[in-house]
Amino acid sequence: MSLELEITLNGKKVAAEVEERTLLVHFIRDVAGLKGTNIGCDTTSCGACTVLLDGRSVKSCTLLAAQAEGRQVTTIEGLSPEAGDGSDPAASERMHPVQRAFHENHGLQCGYCTPGMVLAIASLIDEAEPGTLDEEAIRLGLEGNLCRCTGYHNIVAAALAAARQTGAARR
Amino acid sequence: MIPAPFEYARPSSLEEAIGLLAERGEEAKLLAGGHSLLPLMKLRLATPALLVDIGRLEELCYVRDEGDVVAVGALTTHDTASRHELLRQKIPVFSAVAGQIGDPQVRHRGTVGGSVAHGDAASDLPAVLLALGGSVVAVGPDGRREIPADQFHLGFLETALAEDEVLLELRLPVPAHPAYGFEKLTKRAQDWAIVGAVAVRREEGAGLGLINMASVPLRAAAVEEALAAGAPPAEAAERADEGTEPAGDLNASPEFRRHLARVLTRRALEKAFA
Ligand SMILES: Cc1cc2nc3c(=O)[nH]c(=O)nc-3n(C[C@H](O)[C@H](O)[C@H](O)COP(=O)(O)OP(=O)(O)OC[C@H]3O[C@@H](n4cnc5c(N)ncnc54)[C@H](O)[C@@H]3O)c2cc1C
Ligand code: FES
Ligand code: FES
Repeated sequence: MSLELEITLNGKKVAAEVEERTLLVHFIRDVAGLKGTNIGCDTTSCGACTVLLDGRSVKSCTLLAAQAEGRQVTTIEGLSPEAGDGSDPAASERMHPVQRAFHENHGLQCGYCTPGMVLAIASLIDEAEPGTLDEEAIRLGLEGNLCRCTGYHNIVAAALAAARQTGAARR
Repeated sequence: MIPAPFEYARPSSLEEAIGLLAERGEEAKLLAGGHSLLPLMKLRLATPALLVDIGRLEELCYVRDEGDVVAVGALTTHDTASRHELLRQKIPVFSAVAGQIGDPQVRHRGTVGGSVAHGDAASDLPAVLLALGGSVVAVGPDGRREIPADQFHLGFLETALAEDEVLLELRLPVPAHPAYGFEKLTKRAQDWAIVGAVAVRREEGAGLGLINMASVPLRAAAVEEALAAGAPPAEAAERADEGTEPAGDLNASPEFRRHLARVLTRRALEKAFA
């Protein structure tokens, strides 16, 4: 048994024939070959697999690829494509505000949780009423993302910095 | 972990979905947000032969003002319910509790209908529905019927829905007073309630729903009666564990759960009447 699926992944259409039971995270990693989306717990708890579905954070280990058919999925590779792969410093200037804030606030150590954290924060900031995000709202908003390295402090600092830049932070 | 193989259908109307359920009987399962069902399927605790994905049926996504009732379509996500202006104004207890389910990612996918239809006593929204004295509307091949909340949950993951019925909407009576109390004890962020209590003001007294105090979501009827008879909240709360049958697990013994039910009920009542 199989399905023909087409998903718009980082702005490009990816079509493939897959089993019905294919999870979105496996479609992203194994079919499209994008390895930035990680699998941590595989039980909807850790958030390492977080991607954006039509702009909103979701855990791709708990979606069927079929549920994303015909929709827009953004992974860490597609958050700021114009910033390139880091080899061109001028292009790196065009990083997404959350990516830049992680860089400037040292928001990662091993980096395993980072793609999911960045996308979860991007969604949180995008959804917030302007001028409302404070430290507490950010900590609550990251309930679904675990980090085993940083102790969260610099992640929260990065999220606040990005929120300030986009106007989502509480004034 | 990958679910066992299944067939997948995405009907384009409610009618078509009901037709598939009627045709395939117990081997078919509805898929809404998938945030209760897919985890079970990944653990192979559920192995449906056919998934009927209703997740995109716009006709089940609505919040409708009907005066003294607000009707919430089954596919409304927790996230939408938590932000919805009408709900926040008229039934703030519902939007507030929806906004504390799981985490933002879970709320972007999980639906209010899925939460109630799943029939898990540890879920939050069924207790709100009970406290409000609400009901659900089910649709099947023979049409619609309304089922009161306190007749909907029959046993562990068992509800009054027939195999070929779809939960269409939750019907939430607008409470006499918008003040409410919601208390949920968890050990870690994002967890399900070890025990929870929801209190909603009534014309006289309050409605009370208990989370995780039996194999089904419960109304704390003894507390409701005591309040209606004029008992002060702290005294009424002492009866919160009457008629409950809490399970024991890693998080809490049955005795501790009974204690929590009394304490959380008292706190919920204090907030509702503050
Ligand atoms: C990490 C995590 C944390 C969570 N924390 C909480 C929490 O704190 N509190 C809480 O209450 N919940 C919690 N949940 C559960 C969450 O609220 C689920 O989304 C919800 O229980 C089910 O909704 P769904 O739309 O995902 O349903 P699905 O998983 O799609 O379906 C669940 C069941 O209901 C049936 N069903 C779904 N829709 C209908 C319908 N319209 N008519 C008839 N049957 C239907 C399905 O066939 C299935 O049997 C959590 C989930 C996760 C993964
Ligand atoms: S891998 Fe999906 S939440 Fe952990
Ligand atoms: S940086 Fe290592 S898990 Fe977060």
